[in-house]
Amino acid sequence: MIRFSIPRTIFAVLGSFLAICFWPTESYSDLLSGTAEEAGLRVATESRERQKGFGNFTASLTMTLRNKQGKETQRSLRLKVMEAQEDGDRTLFVFDHPRDVKGTAFLVHAHKTGPDKQWLYLPALKRVKGISASKQSGSFMGSEFSYEDMGAVEVGKFTHRFIREEPCGDLKCLVLERIPKSQDSGYSRQLVWLDREELRTIRVHYFDRRDEHLKTMVVEGYAKYLDRFWRSSTITMTNLLTGKSTVLLWSDYKFGTDLDAKDFTKTALKRIR
Amino acid sequence: MLSEKTQRRIIRNPFTIPGEDGRNVPAFLLPAVFAVVLGVLVSLLPTVAYPAGFADEIDISGRLSTEAWLYPQSAAYPDQRSYAGGLALETTFYVENEEGTSITVTPFLRYDAGDPDRTYGDFREAYLLMYGDAGDGEWELRLGIDRVFWGVVELRSLVDIINQTDVIEHPNEKIKMGQPMAHFTWSGDWGALELFAMTWHRARIYPGSRGRQRYEFIVDQDMISYESGAKKWHIDLASRYSGLLGPLEIGLSLFNGTNREPTLLPIFLDSGLVLAPHYEKIRQFGVDAQLTRGSLLLKLEAIYRAGARNSRYIQHLNTLEEEDYIAFILGSEYTLYSILGSNSDLVLFAEWAYDGRGRWATNAFENDLFIAARLGLNDPQSTEFVVSVLGSLNKSSRVVASEFKRRLSSDNWLLHIETSAFLDIDEEDFIYYVRRDSYVKINLAYSF
Repeated sequence: MIRFSIPRTIFAVLGSFLAICFWPTESYSDLLSGTAEEAGLRVATESRERQKGFGNFTASLTMTLRNKQGKETQRSLRLKVMEAQEDGDRTLFVFDHPRDVKGTAFLVHAHKTGPDKQWLYLPALKRVKGISASKQSGSFMGSEFSYEDMGAVEVGKFTHRFIREEPCGDLKCLVLERIPKSQDSGYSRQLVWLDREELRTIRVHYFDRRDEHLKTMVVEGYAKYLDRFWRSSTITMTNLLTGKSTVLLWSDYKFGTDLDAKDFTKTALKRIR
Repeated sequence: MLSEKTQRRIIRNPFTIPGEDGRNVPAFLLPAVFAVVLGVLVSLLPTVAYPAGFADEIDISGRLSTEAWLYPQSAAYPDQRSYAGGLALETTFYVENEEGTSITVTPFLRYDAGDPDRTYGDFREAYLLMYGDAGDGEWELRLGIDRVFWGVVELRSLVDIINQTDVIEHPNEKIKMGQPMAHFTWSGDWGALELFAMTWHRARIYPGSRGRQRYEFIVDQDMISYESGAKKWHIDLASRYSGLLGPLEIGLSLFNGTNREPTLLPIFLDSGLVLAPHYEKIRQFGVDAQLTRGSLLLKLEAIYRAGARNSRYIQHLNTLEEEDYIAFILGSEYTLYSILGSNSDLVLFAEWAYDGRGRWATNAFENDLFIAARLGLNDPQSTEFVVSVLGSLNKSSRVVASEFKRRLSSDNWLLHIETSAFLDIDEEDFIYYVRRDSYVKINLAYSF
């Protein structure tokens, strides 16, 4: 006779594993308690916290700029991102196309509060130029994205307010309003749709300084990396005033690379390819 | 008739026996010399990484451009032509292995349809790069021919001294020739310390008799002389510390070696008067700093240079005067973003250049103010307009310039149009020789 014996410990381990997986860390009803401001801050903080811990990643990016007549122009670049201890992310953009700016690189040391530090590397002159971080509202490579739309959204740079819950496509969304604290921002406020389950950004409405609805950003094609981190494949930014739009296509996400702080210095910027 | 200034400078050159020393390597030998340099670089690579590992990343990119310079005014000196035109090709070859060790080679070739002295080639880069961890920081070593940029202001680079400037390519002194060197960097949270050892001094090249924007007399490259007994093989040393103090970026640099800027000594030959370049040994201490405050950048570049000569002729010594001096450029840059609700950015520059040698300075920047505005439309074609005025604060001389840059509908082509007008150039001004050389330059470049 053959006896199948399954050690009890396996059940215990499996059980705890399942419990950990499905235990609600914080239900959204807890998130939404208190005043609209408290709820807004809590949701934004939780959303940001869930994005943390990835360490570093690299990705490729294709930008399609589309004018009112539908004429398209392509841009391509690579991106390297690293989380810094106790501070904002470090991000390096390296341009591949158009070819006249090939090798041009843009380095950002984001800070959780206060102005970021930014440098531009111009390969023709081999010059690293410290640039003004007030460039936030400027267009990123002629696209409908401005510099401030490109980086991670640091909670400390906005004041938040929870507005309402509503369906967004197949999902249920929480709608937040966030008001930039910096005078350099091109926006008076933003409305953000986060899906209730994962708190991922689904849509953002940007309002200009005259409080007109200027741009809409739609984020699609989310996929999970390292079992934890959601990354989108397609981001579309439409300018409602000019009719122009920009589509960002993300590809080649790689997590857990050997990037470290030394790859985000001015010295490293000069060897960028 | 010689100008008064030239007469002041006519001396017998005490430093050289014409034609004997300090000649450039004959042009036909250059490719062979560079091939040897490259061969050495390649053999330096870790054997495990070569050849298999080096296919890891190969990259070729570059720029083919055609340009025309038009000079609407009649020339100041005989032989000078009213146009220049030609082709230039700069290609970068890059290979990298798994450890990140790489070789970069960038040959540059220029063909000029009219001036044989503007048809030339140069290795802008041919270096081996390796780097690695050093405790909490990092080390980096570059061996070979490279270009290095120091500085923060826009008008001209004052502290920048590692490379020879290529004044033939553009008289704005912003384009540089390759310099053979060993360049070691040690960096960390505290900043970066760089050490340079350079040899094979690159002589500055000058336009020939047919070229515009040249001195009244031709610079004779066969009459190059050096203060150093080692001539062009003198080992020049330099170091630089750069660091960040909150919003302040600062760089401190030291240079001890052969000057990049020659003293031009007038000499009578049977064929007439020529200028003989003489390269002194100098010491230079430099500071560059940039303070970033919101949309405003405040900049400073300053040097103290010892061992070079100014432009004052001393009769009883029969030479030019040696003068240790300071020079500085104070500047600011202010950006207005999304002006008038558009996508456009407007950048305003104001810079004041001062040279302690005053009227005996060896450049046009003895006491000058530079004002410029750059409008970037931030459109898919990256359209850009620049206007600028450079004006002397104690003379009438002014240079009014404009630029237009736009990527053409096919993304690989870039059109760049530039104009410069030299107005009321004072006879006492160092750049009196360009008084009739206002130009329009049209450049069409294909990038790949």
